[in-house]
Amino acid sequence: MTEHTDELYQQVILEHNKHPRNFVKLCPCTHEAEGYNPLCGDHLSVYLRITPEGVVNEVSFYGDGCAISKASASMMTAAVKGKTVDEAKLLFEEFRKLVMKETDAAQPQQLLGKLAVFSGIWKYPSRVKCAILAWHTMKGALDKEKSVSTE
Amino acid sequence: MTFDVEKIRKDFPNLSTRGRDEKPLIYFDNAATTFKPCQVISSTHAHYCHRTANIHRGVHYLSEEATAAYESSREKVRSFLNARDNFEIIFTKGATESINLVAHSYGRKFIKSGDEVIISEMEHHSNIVPWQMLREETGCVIKVIPFNDQGELLMDEYRKLLTSRTRLVSIVHVSNSMGTVNPVKEIIALAHAAGAVVLVDAAQGVSHEPIDVQDWDCDFLAFSGHKLYGPTGVGVLYGKQALLETMPPYQGGGDMILSVSFDKTIFNRLPFKFEAGTPNIAGVIALGDAISYVKAVGWEGVSAYKNELLAYGHKLLETVPGLRMIGTAKHKAPIFSFILQDIHPHDIGTLIDREGVAIRTGHHCTQPVMKHFNIPATARASLAFYNTKDELDIFVKALHKIIEVFK
Repeated sequence: MTEHTDELYQQVILEHNKHPRNFVKLCPCTHEAEGYNPLCGDHLSVYLRITPEGVVNEVSFYGDGCAISKASASMMTAAVKGKTVDEAKLLFEEFRKLVMKETDAAQPQQLLGKLAVFSGIWKYPSRVKCAILAWHTMKGALDKEKSVSTE
Repeated sequence: MTFDVEKIRKDFPNLSTRGRDEKPLIYFDNAATTFKPCQVISSTHAHYCHRTANIHRGVHYLSEEATAAYESSREKVRSFLNARDNFEIIFTKGATESINLVAHSYGRKFIKSGDEVIISEMEHHSNIVPWQMLREETGCVIKVIPFNDQGELLMDEYRKLLTSRTRLVSIVHVSNSMGTVNPVKEIIALAHAAGAVVLVDAAQGVSHEPIDVQDWDCDFLAFSGHKLYGPTGVGVLYGKQALLETMPPYQGGGDMILSVSFDKTIFNRLPFKFEAGTPNIAGVIALGDAISYVKAVGWEGVSAYKNELLAYGHKLLETVPGLRMIGTAKHKAPIFSFILQDIHPHDIGTLIDREGVAIRTGHHCTQPVMKHFNIPATARASLAFYNTKDELDIFVKALHKIIEVFK
Protein backbone atom coordinates (compact mmCIF):
# COMPACT_ATOMS: atom_id res chain seq x y z
CA MET A 1 0.00 0.00 0.00
CA THR A 2 1.14 3.55 -0.56
CA GLU A 3 2.45 5.93 2.08
CA HIS A 4 -0.82 7.85 2.09
CA THR A 5 -2.78 4.74 2.94
CA ASP A 6 -0.45 4.13 5.81
CA GLU A 7 -1.36 7.60 7.03
CA LEU A 8 -4.91 6.44 7.56
CA TYR A 9 -4.48 2.73 8.24
CA GLN A 10 -1.61 3.13 10.67
CA GLN A 11 -0.54 0.27 12.84
CA VAL A 12 -2.19 1.78 15.90
CA ILE A 13 -5.54 1.92 14.10
CA LEU A 14 -5.21 -1.62 12.77
CA GLU A 15 -4.24 -2.80 16.23
CA HIS A 16 -7.22 -1.13 17.93
CA ASN A 17 -9.47 -2.59 15.23
CA LYS A 18 -8.17 -6.05 15.94
CA HIS A 19 -8.15 -5.73 19.71
CA PRO A 20 -10.63 -3.02 20.62
CA ARG A 21 -10.34 -1.71 24.19
CA ASN A 22 -13.38 -1.51 26.45
CA PHE A 23 -15.38 -3.50 23.92
CA VAL A 24 -18.23 -4.56 26.17
CA LYS A 25 -21.75 -3.56 27.11
CA LEU A 26 -21.25 -1.70 30.38
CA CYS A 27 -23.95 -2.65 32.85
CA PRO A 28 -25.04 -0.86 34.91
CA CYS A 29 -24.22 2.49 33.38
CA THR A 30 -25.47 6.02 33.93
CA HIS A 31 -25.37 7.19 30.31
CA GLU A 32 -25.70 5.38 27.01
CA ALA A 33 -26.57 6.12 23.39
CA GLU A 34 -26.71 4.32 20.10
CA GLY A 35 -24.91 5.60 17.02
CA TYR A 36 -25.60 4.70 13.42
CA ASN A 37 -23.82 5.56 10.21
CA PRO A 38 -26.18 4.58 7.39
CA LEU A 39 -23.44 4.94 4.79
CA CYS A 40 -21.29 2.14 6.20
CA GLY A 41 -23.84 0.39 8.30
CA ASP A 42 -21.61 1.14 11.30
CA HIS A 43 -23.71 0.62 14.36
CA LEU A 44 -22.42 1.01 17.87
CA SER A 45 -23.46 1.90 21.37
CA VAL A 46 -21.45 3.89 23.89
CA TYR A 47 -21.88 3.33 27.62
CA LEU A 48 -20.62 5.59 30.41
CA ARG A 49 -20.60 5.32 34.18
CA ILE A 50 -20.31 8.81 35.58
CA THR A 51 -19.76 9.56 39.24
CA PRO A 52 -21.90 12.12 41.08
CA GLU A 53 -18.84 14.40 40.91
CA GLY A 54 -19.02 14.26 37.10
CA VAL A 55 -16.06 12.00 36.40
CA VAL A 56 -16.13 9.34 33.68
CA ASN A 57 -15.39 6.33 35.84
CA GLU A 58 -16.01 3.69 33.19
CA VAL A 59 -16.65 3.93 29.47
CA SER A 60 -17.16 1.25 26.86
CA PHE A 61 -18.57 0.64 23.42
CA TYR A 62 -20.10 -2.27 21.57
CA GLY A 63 -21.26 -2.88 18.01
CA ASP A 64 -20.22 -3.43 14.41
CA GLY A 65 -18.27 -1.21 12.15
CA CYS A 66 -15.36 -0.65 9.82
CA ALA A 67 -11.78 -0.49 11.08
CA ILE A 68 -11.84 3.28 11.26
CA SER A 69 -15.00 3.51 13.35
CA LYS A 70 -13.98 0.67 15.61
CA ALA A 71 -10.46 1.95 16.21
CA SER A 72 -11.76 5.44 16.79
CA ALA A 73 -14.29 4.17 19.34
CA SER A 74 -11.67 2.07 21.08
CA MET A 75 -9.20 4.95 21.31
CA MET A 76 -11.93 7.29 22.45
CA THR A 77 -12.83 5.09 25.41
CA ALA A 78 -9.16 4.94 26.40
CA ALA A 79 -8.87 8.72 26.09
CA VAL A 80 -11.93 9.81 28.09
CA LYS A 81 -11.69 7.33 30.92
CA GLY A 82 -10.93 9.21 34.13
CA LYS A 83 -11.73 12.59 32.58
CA THR A 84 -14.47 14.87 33.81
CA VAL A 85 -17.59 15.27 31.69
CA ASP A 86 -16.47 18.77 30.72
CA GLU A 87 -13.05 17.48 29.70
CA ALA A 88 -14.66 14.70 27.67
CA LYS A 89 -16.81 17.26 25.86
CA LEU A 90 -13.77 19.42 25.21
CA LEU A 91 -11.95 16.41 23.82
CA PHE A 92 -14.92 15.72 21.57
CA GLU A 93 -14.69 19.26 20.23
CA GLU A 94 -10.93 18.97 19.64
CA PHE A 95 -11.34 15.63 17.89
CA ARG A 96 -14.15 16.99 15.73
CA LYS A 97 -11.95 19.91 14.70
CA LEU A 98 -9.09 17.53 13.95
CA VAL A 99 -11.04 15.28 11.58
CA MET A 100 -12.82 18.21 9.95
CA LYS A 101 -9.44 19.90 9.50
CA GLU A 102 -10.52 22.94 11.44
CA THR A 103 -7.44 22.89 13.64
CA ASP A 104 -4.39 25.00 13.10
CA ALA A 105 -1.73 22.63 11.79
CA ALA A 106 1.01 24.66 13.50
CA GLN A 107 -0.54 24.04 16.92
CA PRO A 108 0.44 20.71 18.35
CA GLN A 109 -2.62 18.84 19.54
CA GLN A 110 -1.38 17.97 22.99
CA LEU A 111 -4.84 17.37 24.29
CA LEU A 112 -5.50 14.71 21.67
CA GLY A 113 -2.31 12.71 22.16
CA LYS A 114 -2.51 9.38 20.29
CA LEU A 115 -5.78 10.45 18.68
CA ALA A 116 -3.69 12.54 16.30
CA VAL A 117 -3.40 9.40 14.11
CA PHE A 118 -6.73 10.47 12.64
CA SER A 119 -5.33 13.77 11.45
CA GLY A 120 -5.12 12.61 7.82
CA ILE A 121 -8.70 11.52 7.55
CA TRP A 122 -10.02 14.82 6.17
CA LYS A 123 -8.56 13.67 2.86
CA TYR A 124 -11.23 10.96 2.82
CA PRO A 125 -14.45 12.91 3.30
CA SER A 126 -16.57 9.78 3.05
CA ARG A 127 -14.69 8.25 5.98
CA VAL A 128 -14.81 11.19 8.38
CA LYS A 129 -18.23 9.99 9.51
CA CYS A 130 -16.74 6.63 10.45
CA ALA A 131 -14.09 8.25 12.62
CA ILE A 132 -16.45 10.58 14.40
CA LEU A 133 -19.38 8.21 14.96
CA ALA A 134 -18.35 7.00 18.42
CA TRP A 135 -17.58 10.56 19.49
CA HIS A 136 -20.96 11.87 18.42
CA THR A 137 -22.54 8.92 20.17
CA MET A 138 -20.66 9.66 23.38
CA LYS A 139 -21.66 13.32 23.15
CA GLY A 140 -25.25 12.19 22.62
CA ALA A 141 -25.05 9.96 25.70
CA LEU A 142 -23.69 12.85 27.76
CA ASP A 143 -26.45 15.09 26.41
CA LYS A 144 -28.93 12.29 27.09
CA GLU A 145 -29.85 11.66 23.47
CA LYS A 146 -30.77 8.04 22.85
CA SER A 147 -29.97 7.76 19.15
CA VAL A 148 -27.37 9.49 17.03
CA SER A 149 -26.83 9.35 13.30
CA THR A 150 -23.91 10.76 11.37
CA GLU A 151 -26.01 11.29 8.26
CA MET B 1 -17.42 -8.97 -35.83
CA THR B 2 -14.65 -9.12 -33.28
CA PHE B 3 -14.79 -6.98 -30.22
CA ASP B 4 -11.80 -4.64 -29.94
CA VAL B 5 -11.66 -3.40 -26.36
CA GLU B 6 -8.64 -1.17 -26.95
CA LYS B 7 -10.48 0.63 -29.72
CA ILE B 8 -13.54 1.03 -27.48
CA ARG B 9 -11.44 2.40 -24.62
CA LYS B 10 -10.21 5.24 -26.82
CA ASP B 11 -13.80 6.49 -27.02
CA PHE B 12 -13.98 7.02 -23.25
CA PRO B 13 -11.77 9.93 -22.16
CA ASN B 14 -12.52 9.32 -18.47
CA LEU B 15 -10.64 6.01 -18.68
CA SER B 16 -7.37 7.91 -18.99
CA THR B 17 -8.06 10.00 -15.89
CA ARG B 18 -5.70 9.27 -13.02
CA GLY B 19 -7.02 7.93 -9.75
CA ARG B 20 -5.80 8.86 -6.29
CA ASP B 21 -2.06 9.50 -6.05
CA GLU B 22 -1.83 9.62 -9.86
CA LYS B 23 -2.40 5.88 -10.12
CA PRO B 24 -3.85 4.69 -13.43
CA LEU B 25 -7.58 4.57 -12.84
CA ILE B 26 -9.46 1.28 -12.90
CA TYR B 27 -13.15 2.10 -12.96
CA PHE B 28 -15.18 -0.80 -11.56
CA ASP B 29 -18.23 1.17 -10.44
CA ASN B 30 -20.24 0.88 -13.61
CA ALA B 31 -23.36 -0.34 -11.85
CA ALA B 32 -23.50 3.08 -10.19
CA THR B 33 -22.90 4.97 -13.40
CA THR B 34 -20.97 4.32 -16.59
CA PHE B 35 -18.44 6.54 -18.30
CA LYS B 36 -19.57 8.39 -21.41
CA PRO B 37 -18.05 8.05 -24.86
CA CYS B 38 -16.84 11.13 -26.79
CA GLN B 39 -19.88 10.78 -29.01
CA VAL B 40 -22.16 11.50 -26.05
CA ILE B 41 -19.99 14.22 -24.55
CA SER B 42 -19.66 16.06 -27.86
CA SER B 43 -23.38 15.69 -28.46
CA THR B 44 -24.17 17.68 -25.32
CA HIS B 45 -21.51 20.23 -26.16
CA ALA B 46 -22.77 20.62 -29.72
CA HIS B 47 -26.34 21.00 -28.54
CA TYR B 48 -25.53 23.91 -26.26
CA CYS B 49 -23.19 25.46 -28.83
CA HIS B 50 -25.48 25.27 -31.83
CA ARG B 51 -28.99 24.15 -31.01
CA THR B 52 -30.09 25.75 -27.73
CA ALA B 53 -33.83 26.28 -27.94
CA ASN B 54 -36.97 25.06 -26.29
CA ILE B 55 -38.92 22.36 -28.07
CA HIS B 56 -42.44 21.73 -29.35
CA ARG B 57 -43.50 25.38 -29.19
CA GLY B 58 -41.20 27.52 -31.24
CA VAL B 59 -41.68 28.29 -34.90
CA HIS B 60 -38.15 29.50 -35.31
CA TYR B 61 -35.38 27.50 -36.88
CA LEU B 62 -33.46 26.49 -33.75
CA SER B 63 -36.59 25.34 -31.96
CA GLU B 64 -37.53 23.19 -34.91
CA GLU B 65 -34.02 21.76 -35.05
CA ALA B 66 -34.05 21.00 -31.32
CA THR B 67 -37.52 19.46 -31.56
CA ALA B 68 -36.46 17.25 -34.44
CA ALA B 69 -33.35 16.09 -32.56
CA TYR B 70 -35.37 15.44 -29.39
CA GLU B 71 -38.01 13.47 -31.25
CA SER B 72 -35.43 11.52 -33.21
CA SER B 73 -34.05 10.38 -29.86
CA ARG B 74 -37.48 9.02 -29.04
CA GLU B 75 -37.37 7.03 -32.25
CA LYS B 76 -33.92 5.71 -31.31
CA VAL B 77 -35.22 4.55 -27.94
CA ARG B 78 -38.28 2.99 -29.57
CA SER B 79 -36.13 1.04 -31.96
CA PHE B 80 -33.66 0.10 -29.19
CA LEU B 81 -36.47 -1.42 -27.08
CA ASN B 82 -38.44 -2.59 -30.12
CA ALA B 83 -41.55 -0.78 -28.93
CA ARG B 84 -44.44 -0.52 -31.37
CA ASP B 85 -44.81 3.24 -31.40
CA ASN B 86 -42.83 6.34 -30.55
CA PHE B 87 -45.53 7.62 -28.25
CA GLU B 88 -44.99 4.64 -25.96
CA ILE B 89 -41.62 6.17 -25.02
CA ILE B 90 -41.79 8.75 -22.23
CA PHE B 91 -38.73 10.68 -21.19
CA THR B 92 -38.21 11.07 -17.45
CA LYS B 93 -35.26 12.05 -15.30
CA GLY B 94 -34.30 8.46 -14.62
CA ALA B 95 -35.49 4.96 -13.80
CA THR B 96 -36.55 6.12 -10.34
CA GLU B 97 -38.90 8.73 -11.76
CA SER B 98 -40.21 6.22 -14.30
CA ILE B 99 -41.17 3.80 -11.53
CA ASN B 100 -42.68 6.60 -9.47
CA LEU B 101 -44.70 7.68 -12.48
CA VAL B 102 -46.27 4.23 -12.77
CA ALA B 103 -46.85 3.92 -9.02
CA HIS B 104 -48.38 7.36 -8.90
CA SER B 105 -50.48 7.37 -12.05
CA TYR B 106 -51.34 3.74 -12.76
CA GLY B 107 -51.15 2.73 -9.11
CA ARG B 108 -53.48 5.36 -7.74
CA LYS B 109 -56.07 4.74 -10.41
CA PHE B 110 -56.07 0.96 -10.67
CA ILE B 111 -54.70 -0.41 -7.38
CA LYS B 112 -57.19 -0.40 -4.54
CA SER B 113 -57.25 -1.46 -0.93
CA GLY B 114 -56.51 -5.16 -0.62
CA ASP B 115 -55.10 -5.39 -4.15
CA GLU B 116 -51.66 -6.92 -4.36
CA VAL B 117 -48.37 -5.67 -5.76
CA ILE B 118 -45.56 -8.20 -6.10
CA ILE B 119 -41.92 -7.16 -5.98
CA SER B 120 -38.83 -9.20 -5.13
CA GLU B 121 -36.35 -9.44 -2.32
CA MET B 122 -33.59 -8.18 -4.62
CA GLU B 123 -35.20 -4.90 -5.63
CA HIS B 124 -33.35 -1.61 -5.51
CA HIS B 125 -34.93 0.75 -2.98
CA SER B 126 -36.33 2.69 -5.94
CA ASN B 127 -38.54 -0.30 -6.72
CA ILE B 128 -39.62 -0.78 -3.11
CA VAL B 129 -40.32 2.65 -1.67
CA PRO B 130 -42.75 3.93 -4.38
CA TRP B 131 -44.94 0.87 -3.73
CA GLN B 132 -44.78 1.40 0.01
CA MET B 133 -45.91 4.98 -0.58
CA LEU B 134 -48.76 3.62 -2.68
CA ARG B 135 -49.60 1.17 0.10
CA GLU B 136 -49.80 4.06 2.56
CA GLU B 137 -52.24 5.81 0.31
CA THR B 138 -54.41 2.97 -0.98
CA GLY B 139 -54.10 0.14 1.54
CA CYS B 140 -52.77 -2.25 -1.09
CA VAL B 141 -50.66 -5.25 -0.09
CA ILE B 142 -47.00 -5.76 -1.04
CA LYS B 143 -45.78 -9.31 -1.51
CA VAL B 144 -42.14 -10.23 -1.95
CA ILE B 145 -40.61 -12.99 -4.09
CA PRO B 146 -37.68 -14.47 -2.15
CA PHE B 147 -34.37 -15.60 -3.66
CA ASN B 148 -32.01 -18.47 -2.83
CA ASP B 149 -28.45 -18.12 -1.53
CA GLN B 150 -27.12 -17.99 -5.07
CA GLY B 151 -29.27 -14.93 -5.61
CA GLU B 152 -31.82 -16.58 -7.93
CA LEU B 153 -35.52 -15.86 -7.59
CA LEU B 154 -37.59 -18.75 -6.26
CA MET B 155 -40.00 -19.08 -9.14
CA ASP B 156 -42.19 -21.62 -7.33
CA GLU B 157 -42.67 -19.11 -4.53
CA TYR B 158 -43.52 -16.49 -7.11
CA ARG B 159 -46.21 -18.73 -8.60
CA LYS B 160 -47.72 -19.12 -5.15
CA LEU B 161 -47.81 -15.36 -4.59
CA LEU B 162 -49.88 -14.70 -7.70
CA THR B 163 -53.60 -14.47 -6.92
CA SER B 164 -56.72 -12.97 -8.41
CA ARG B 165 -55.91 -9.84 -6.35
CA THR B 166 -52.49 -9.37 -7.96
CA ARG B 167 -52.68 -6.16 -9.95
CA LEU B 168 -49.05 -5.44 -10.68
CA VAL B 169 -45.67 -7.18 -10.60
CA SER B 170 -42.66 -4.87 -10.48
CA ILE B 171 -39.44 -6.74 -10.97
CA VAL B 172 -35.78 -5.99 -11.50
CA HIS B 173 -34.23 -7.28 -14.71
CA VAL B 174 -30.61 -7.41 -13.51
CA SER B 175 -29.82 -7.12 -9.79
CA ASN B 176 -27.48 -4.19 -9.12
CA SER B 177 -26.07 -5.76 -5.97
CA MET B 178 -25.69 -9.40 -7.06
CA GLY B 179 -25.64 -9.30 -10.85
CA THR B 180 -28.44 -11.86 -11.21
CA VAL B 181 -30.20 -11.76 -14.57
CA ASN B 182 -33.83 -12.63 -13.86
CA PRO B 183 -36.06 -14.70 -16.17
CA VAL B 184 -38.11 -11.65 -17.06
CA LYS B 185 -40.07 -13.20 -19.91
CA GLU B 186 -41.27 -16.07 -17.74
CA ILE B 187 -42.14 -13.70 -14.88
CA ILE B 188 -44.22 -11.60 -17.25
CA ALA B 189 -46.05 -14.59 -18.76
CA LEU B 190 -47.00 -15.87 -15.29
CA ALA B 191 -48.21 -12.44 -14.20
CA HIS B 192 -50.30 -12.04 -17.34
CA ALA B 193 -51.86 -15.45 -16.78
CA ALA B 194 -52.95 -14.14 -13.37
CA GLY B 195 -54.29 -10.94 -14.93
CA ALA B 196 -51.59 -8.62 -13.58
CA VAL B 197 -49.49 -6.05 -15.43
CA VAL B 198 -45.70 -6.02 -15.17
CA LEU B 199 -43.17 -3.23 -14.75
CA VAL B 200 -39.56 -4.18 -15.46
CA ASP B 201 -36.81 -2.17 -13.77
CA ALA B 202 -34.12 -2.40 -16.44
CA ALA B 203 -31.76 0.17 -14.91
CA GLN B 204 -28.91 -2.37 -14.72
CA GLY B 205 -30.11 -4.65 -17.47
CA VAL B 206 -30.32 -2.10 -20.24
CA SER B 207 -26.56 -2.15 -20.78
CA HIS B 208 -26.32 -5.90 -20.32
CA GLU B 209 -28.41 -7.47 -23.04
CA PRO B 210 -30.80 -6.46 -25.81
CA ILE B 211 -34.32 -5.69 -24.66
CA ASP B 212 -37.36 -6.46 -26.78
CA VAL B 213 -40.46 -5.17 -25.02
CA GLN B 214 -42.74 -6.85 -27.55
CA ASP B 215 -41.04 -10.22 -27.24
CA TRP B 216 -41.08 -9.91 -23.45
CA ASP B 217 -44.63 -8.55 -23.65
CA CYS B 218 -43.89 -6.26 -20.71
CA ASP B 219 -46.37 -3.54 -19.87
CA PHE B 220 -43.93 -1.00 -18.47
CA LEU B 221 -40.15 -0.78 -18.53
CA ALA B 222 -37.90 1.75 -16.81
CA PHE B 223 -34.25 2.64 -17.33
CA SER B 224 -31.78 5.49 -16.81
CA GLY B 225 -29.56 7.02 -19.45
CA HIS B 226 -26.50 7.32 -17.24
CA LYS B 227 -26.10 3.55 -16.81
CA LEU B 228 -26.17 3.20 -20.60
CA TYR B 229 -23.17 5.45 -21.34
CA GLY B 230 -25.53 8.44 -21.55
CA PRO B 231 -25.85 11.52 -19.37
CA THR B 232 -27.36 11.72 -15.89
CA GLY B 233 -30.77 13.27 -15.40
CA VAL B 234 -32.51 11.48 -18.23
CA GLY B 235 -34.39 8.21 -18.28
CA VAL B 236 -37.16 6.38 -20.03
CA LEU B 237 -40.48 4.88 -19.22
CA TYR B 238 -41.83 2.54 -21.84
CA GLY B 239 -45.53 1.74 -21.48
CA LYS B 240 -48.01 -0.08 -23.68
CA GLN B 241 -50.22 2.44 -25.42
CA ALA B 242 -53.47 0.92 -24.15
CA LEU B 243 -52.30 1.30 -20.56
CA LEU B 244 -50.80 4.76 -20.93
CA GLU B 245 -54.03 6.02 -22.52
CA THR B 246 -56.02 5.05 -19.44
CA MET B 247 -53.59 6.65 -16.98
CA PRO B 248 -53.99 10.18 -15.64
CA PRO B 249 -51.09 12.65 -15.99
CA TYR B 250 -48.34 12.37 -13.40
CA GLN B 251 -47.45 16.05 -13.23
CA GLY B 252 -49.21 19.13 -14.51
CA GLY B 253 -47.56 21.90 -16.45
CA GLY B 254 -46.55 23.09 -19.87
CA ASP B 255 -46.36 20.75 -22.85
CA MET B 256 -48.73 18.22 -21.30
CA ILE B 257 -51.87 20.16 -22.24
CA LEU B 258 -53.82 20.91 -25.39
CA SER B 259 -55.71 23.84 -23.91
CA VAL B 260 -56.01 25.47 -20.52
CA SER B 261 -58.72 27.67 -19.15
CA PHE B 262 -59.69 28.24 -15.54
CA ASP B 263 -62.73 26.01 -16.06
CA LYS B 264 -61.16 23.12 -17.88
CA THR B 265 -57.85 21.81 -19.09
CA ILE B 266 -57.59 19.32 -21.91
CA PHE B 267 -54.56 17.10 -21.65
CA ASN B 268 -52.20 16.50 -24.53
CA ARG B 269 -51.92 13.15 -26.27
CA LEU B 270 -49.22 10.57 -25.60
CA PRO B 271 -46.38 10.83 -24.86
CA PHE B 272 -46.59 14.55 -24.05
CA LYS B 273 -49.29 13.95 -21.44
CA PHE B 274 -46.51 12.57 -19.24
CA GLU B 275 -43.81 15.11 -20.08
CA ALA B 276 -44.82 18.24 -18.20
CA GLY B 277 -42.43 21.16 -18.33
CA THR B 278 -39.28 21.69 -20.34
CA PRO B 279 -37.53 18.34 -20.38
CA ASN B 280 -33.81 17.60 -20.30
CA ILE B 281 -33.50 18.34 -24.01
CA ALA B 282 -29.72 18.04 -24.30
CA GLY B 283 -29.83 14.92 -22.12
CA VAL B 284 -32.49 13.23 -24.23
CA ILE B 285 -30.56 13.97 -27.41
CA ALA B 286 -27.32 12.69 -25.87
CA LEU B 287 -29.14 9.54 -24.71
CA GLY B 288 -30.06 8.98 -28.34
CA ASP B 289 -26.40 9.27 -29.22
CA ALA B 290 -25.48 6.82 -26.46
CA ILE B 291 -27.93 4.33 -27.94
CA SER B 292 -26.45 4.85 -31.41
CA TYR B 293 -23.04 4.19 -29.88
CA VAL B 294 -24.13 0.96 -28.16
CA LYS B 295 -25.77 -0.22 -31.38
CA ALA B 296 -22.64 0.54 -33.40
CA VAL B 297 -20.48 -1.44 -30.96
CA GLY B 298 -22.89 -4.34 -31.39
CA TRP B 299 -24.47 -6.62 -28.80
CA GLU B 300 -22.93 -9.82 -30.04
CA GLY B 301 -19.33 -8.88 -29.35
CA VAL B 302 -20.24 -7.15 -26.10
CA SER B 303 -22.14 -10.13 -24.69
CA ALA B 304 -19.34 -12.59 -25.46
CA TYR B 305 -16.73 -10.24 -24.04
CA LYS B 306 -18.66 -9.52 -20.84
CA ASN B 307 -19.19 -13.23 -20.28
CA GLU B 308 -15.44 -13.68 -20.65
CA LEU B 309 -14.83 -10.97 -18.04
CA LEU B 310 -17.40 -12.58 -15.74
CA ALA B 311 -15.81 -16.04 -15.95
CA TYR B 312 -12.29 -14.65 -15.60
CA GLY B 313 -13.26 -12.48 -12.62
CA HIS B 314 -14.95 -15.33 -10.80
CA LYS B 315 -11.96 -17.60 -11.38
CA LEU B 316 -9.51 -14.99 -10.09
CA LEU B 317 -11.60 -14.09 -7.05
CA GLU B 318 -11.79 -17.74 -6.07
CA THR B 319 -8.05 -17.55 -5.39
CA VAL B 320 -8.50 -14.83 -2.76
CA PRO B 321 -8.48 -16.46 0.70
CA GLY B 322 -11.61 -15.82 2.76
CA LEU B 323 -13.53 -14.14 -0.07
CA ARG B 324 -17.24 -14.88 -0.12
CA MET B 325 -19.07 -13.99 -3.30
CA ILE B 326 -22.56 -12.56 -2.79
CA GLY B 327 -24.52 -13.54 -5.87
CA THR B 328 -23.52 -16.64 -7.80
CA ALA B 329 -26.55 -17.05 -10.05
CA LYS B 330 -26.25 -19.10 -13.22
CA HIS B 331 -27.24 -16.09 -15.29
CA LYS B 332 -25.19 -13.15 -14.21
CA ALA B 333 -23.88 -9.80 -15.39
CA PRO B 334 -20.21 -9.04 -14.56
CA ILE B 335 -20.99 -7.66 -11.12
CA PHE B 336 -18.82 -9.04 -8.33
CA SER B 337 -20.26 -8.37 -4.91
CA PHE B 338 -18.29 -9.86 -2.07
CA ILE B 339 -17.16 -9.79 1.51
CA LEU B 340 -13.56 -10.49 2.44
CA GLN B 341 -12.70 -12.21 5.70
CA ASP B 342 -13.74 -9.88 8.52
CA ILE B 343 -12.48 -6.79 6.74
CA HIS B 344 -15.23 -4.20 6.50
CA PRO B 345 -16.18 -3.36 2.89
CA HIS B 346 -15.54 0.34 3.51
CA ASP B 347 -11.98 -0.37 4.55
CA ILE B 348 -11.57 -2.39 1.34
CA GLY B 349 -13.06 0.49 -0.64
CA THR B 350 -10.70 3.09 0.82
CA LEU B 351 -7.60 0.90 0.58
CA ILE B 352 -8.27 -0.24 -2.97
CA ASP B 353 -8.97 3.34 -4.01
CA ARG B 354 -5.35 4.07 -3.08
CA GLU B 355 -4.37 1.53 -5.73
CA GLY B 356 -6.41 3.43 -8.28
CA VAL B 357 -9.35 1.02 -8.27
CA ALA B 358 -12.83 2.52 -7.93
CA ILE B 359 -15.37 0.12 -6.47
CA ARG B 360 -18.59 0.63 -4.57
CA THR B 361 -19.02 -0.39 -0.97
CA GLY B 362 -22.16 -0.38 1.12
CA HIS B 363 -25.65 -1.78 0.79
CA HIS B 364 -26.08 -0.58 -2.82
CA CYS B 365 -29.61 0.63 -2.05
CA THR B 366 -30.65 -3.00 -1.57
CA GLN B 367 -30.87 -3.38 2.18
CA PRO B 368 -33.17 -6.43 1.97
CA VAL B 369 -30.42 -8.23 0.01
CA MET B 370 -27.94 -7.43 2.81
CA LYS B 371 -30.47 -8.70 5.33
CA HIS B 372 -30.88 -11.96 3.39
CA PHE B 373 -27.17 -12.67 3.80
CA ASN B 374 -27.06 -11.11 7.27
CA ILE B 375 -24.30 -8.68 6.32
CA PRO B 376 -24.21 -4.89 6.66
CA ALA B 377 -22.55 -4.23 3.33
CA THR B 378 -20.55 -5.68 0.46
CA ALA B 379 -17.70 -4.52 -1.73
CA ARG B 380 -18.84 -4.48 -5.32
CA ALA B 381 -16.84 -4.40 -8.52
CA SER B 382 -19.11 -3.88 -11.52
CA LEU B 383 -17.64 -4.06 -14.99
CA ALA B 384 -18.53 -2.52 -18.34
CA PHE B 385 -17.45 -3.52 -21.83
CA TYR B 386 -14.45 -1.18 -21.67
CA ASN B 387 -12.92 -3.02 -18.70
CA THR B 388 -10.19 -5.59 -19.20
CA LYS B 389 -8.75 -8.78 -17.77
CA ASP B 390 -5.57 -6.86 -16.96
CA GLU B 391 -7.61 -4.57 -14.77
CA LEU B 392 -9.10 -7.58 -13.02
CA ASP B 393 -5.56 -8.86 -12.38
CA ILE B 394 -4.56 -5.57 -10.73
CA PHE B 395 -7.79 -5.50 -8.73
CA VAL B 396 -7.29 -8.99 -7.34
CA LYS B 397 -3.64 -8.29 -6.57
CA ALA B 398 -4.76 -5.26 -4.59
CA LEU B 399 -7.19 -7.45 -2.61
CA HIS B 400 -4.29 -9.72 -1.66
CA LYS B 401 -2.39 -6.63 -0.44
CA ILE B 402 -5.35 -5.54 1.68
CA ILE B 403 -5.41 -8.92 3.36
CA GLU B 404 -1.75 -8.35 4.26
CA VAL B 405 -2.55 -4.96 5.83
CA PHE B 406 -5.17 -6.53 8.08
CA LYS B 407 -3.12 -9.59 8.96
